[in-house]
Amino acid sequence: MVSATTSRPLRKQRVRDRAAPPTLERPGVAWAVPGLLFFLVFAVAPMVGVLYLSFTHWDGLNPPQFTGTANWSRFFGDSQVWQSTTVTGLLLIGNIVVQAPVSILLGVWAAGHQRNRAILSAVFFLPLLLSTAATAIMWRQLLDPNFGLPAKFEWLFGSNPMGTQQGAIACLVLVTTWQFVPFHSLLYQGAARSIPHTLYQAASIDGAGRVRQFVHITLPQLRNTMITSTIFMVVGGLTAFDIVLLLTNGGPGTDTAILPFSMYQTAFRTYDYGYASAIASFLLVLATAASVILTKLSGYDKMTSTMEGL
Amino acid sequence: MNSVSRRWFLTATAATTLSVTVAGCGSSGSSTSSPTGNVDFWTLQDPTNSVQKAAVDTFNSAGKGKVSMTVIATDGYKDKLRTAMGSAKMPGVFFSWGGGSLNDYVTAGKLVTLDTALESHFLPSALAAGKVGGKLVGIPCRGTQPVFLFYNKKLFADAGVQPPTTYAELQNLVKVFKGKGITPFALAGNASSSWTELMWVEYLVDRLAGPKLFDKIQGGDWSQWKDPAILKTAQMIKELVDGGAFGKKFGSVNYGAGGTSTLLNKGKAAMVLMGSWEYATQLAEAPDFAKNGLGYVAFPSVEGGKGDAGNVVGNPTNYLSVTTSAAKQTATEFLKTTYSDSYVQGLVEKGEVPVTSNAAQYLTKAADPAYAKFQYDLVQKAPSFTQSWDQALGLTLGTPLLTEIQKLFNGQSSPEQFVSAVLAIKK
Repeated sequence: MVSATTSRPLRKQRVRDRAAPPTLERPGVAWAVPGLLFFLVFAVAPMVGVLYLSFTHWDGLNPPQFTGTANWSRFFGDSQVWQSTTVTGLLLIGNIVVQAPVSILLGVWAAGHQRNRAILSAVFFLPLLLSTAATAIMWRQLLDPNFGLPAKFEWLFGSNPMGTQQGAIACLVLVTTWQFVPFHSLLYQGAARSIPHTLYQAASIDGAGRVRQFVHITLPQLRNTMITSTIFMVVGGLTAFDIVLLLTNGGPGTDTAILPFSMYQTAFRTYDYGYASAIASFLLVLATAASVILTKLSGYDKMTSTMEGL
Repeated sequence: MNSVSRRWFLTATAATTLSVTVAGCGSSGSSTSSPTGNVDFWTLQDPTNSVQKAAVDTFNSAGKGKVSMTVIATDGYKDKLRTAMGSAKMPGVFFSWGGGSLNDYVTAGKLVTLDTALESHFLPSALAAGKVGGKLVGIPCRGTQPVFLFYNKKLFADAGVQPPTTYAELQNLVKVFKGKGITPFALAGNASSSWTELMWVEYLVDRLAGPKLFDKIQGGDWSQWKDPAILKTAQMIKELVDGGAFGKKFGSVNYGAGGTSTLLNKGKAAMVLMGSWEYATQLAEAPDFAKNGLGYVAFPSVEGGKGDAGNVVGNPTNYLSVTTSAAKQTATEFLKTTYSDSYVQGLVEKGEVPVTSNAAQYLTKAADPAYAKFQYDLVQKAPSFTQSWDQALGLTLGTPLLTEIQKLFNGQSSPEQFVSAVLAIKK
């Protein structure tokens, strides 16, 4: 270890030592026991339990009956599952495509020194303080076709925004954006503030305008934050449930019944816990895969610095 | 080291899971208590709670045992009850909507068969949904809730028309009000209110084929959905929807205040098909309209249909059932309070129309005696009172049925697709 770094320039070596002092002894395994136990009891055990239940028929009243792969063969032939998966995907893409640009622009703007910035930032932050239930109920009233905004601004919303699948998905994206843009712009605000001023100074000496500075300095420097924020959106989007339950209740028909909603409906509305467990297991696999793929593809696991070359 | 810890990890996981599963399964033991012991009574949070509370207090002071009442909010009541019924924390006496949900509990051996002597105290049409396989497992505890047509008197006077008594008249009224830019029928079609759409299906099937058809379906013969009356009903609904009977926006209209009830009292819709509780909703939201502008009639007859035009659908009433974990004597004694004079009078004062045989004499004390009498007569004269299908079938079949009905109303499935989709619910 020491021999590997001695050949490096002195300046780099000093930086490295300061950043990560070498630890000679690793902590004992005993330190991990409480965390591991907690993880086993509250995360792993329920997961295994769900997997087991997915091979049973259980109505919640009588003991579960083992039915082999019945639930799973039903699962793979269930057109509703594939519709739910598609809608889940559509919502996910919609949310990322709409939320990311808005949060980046808002976050970068909030990182500046404009007049009234602090006050306006506080106002933009408000939606995050409301619970999803309050947000959903408020928007349901606002989007009511007879007494809400669509009755007044039909040219903008159409006569009944939540009456079609596209409309309902658009409404879900709109409300989710309204609710979570403050959170993501907060991430970008922090990241934008940590970009060194010298970069902008050098760029303006070279004659770059504000737009070029944004595209060639700000955006590349925000790369890691973009990945973090996107992972939040993907994982949050896959498990988003409350907003669908309260805003559209899966409707019209089953058009916005995303996977977590289908799972809830199957388990707590039709009392088919076995089949609901199959959906839950599938969702678990999907969310893990999405998270892993995103981390691998983006190179986020390598933790490369955007500050290289400085 | 690494492989050892991994094996240990897996063993520990398996052990934990096993203990969790075992704990979950082995909890159905009932608490054996003395015959005059305590009884847990679960009820729904609603305006009649004060009447029930008074009954509990009177009962407890009589010294024949102790009843403790737990009030639970409507949202999630069924989930909570279902979970409790699968565990050791099962209540002794509980409130329900009767029908299919009780069926599940009877099959699982959780309910006590009640004394048939209780039956003489109630109207026969209200008792049916409290029976499973001919055995009485639930007795009425609230007023009756038939479904019928409510209308806006002013809109009808302005248009110079009368409320419908036949389906042909109903179709004509759709044209009249549509021509005036008024939605003929307010309908709550958003995904959580599709039970209001179910009411249309229930009445049309009843008028076309009579109550026997659904009786057979509820009795387990799912193939009865193939009956031509079902397809005919689906086609009539498609005609109504396409003809603008419900307007264009019903897909996201909510039930109740701010939704259908507001549409009716603001004159944006002429009629609404709803349960008797609509009156109470209007009274809370628009008292003047409830007293002077709200009209009500029975659902019209359908020409050529086999069903009696006097038949009623809706919730016959709500029910109290006794579980195997209850102190039986206390519970049985407590059930008798539901037809006591003070309880019946209490219900009447809350605007309910009780289904007890002694109710008629109290109806003059109702907030609106004419409305109370209309309901009581409707139910008493009805040759049959079909329970709301979703309640009658239980949630396992009722929930997917509601979804299919919603798709039919939304035009997402054709009448033929509706029939085959409903047939596919139960394999």
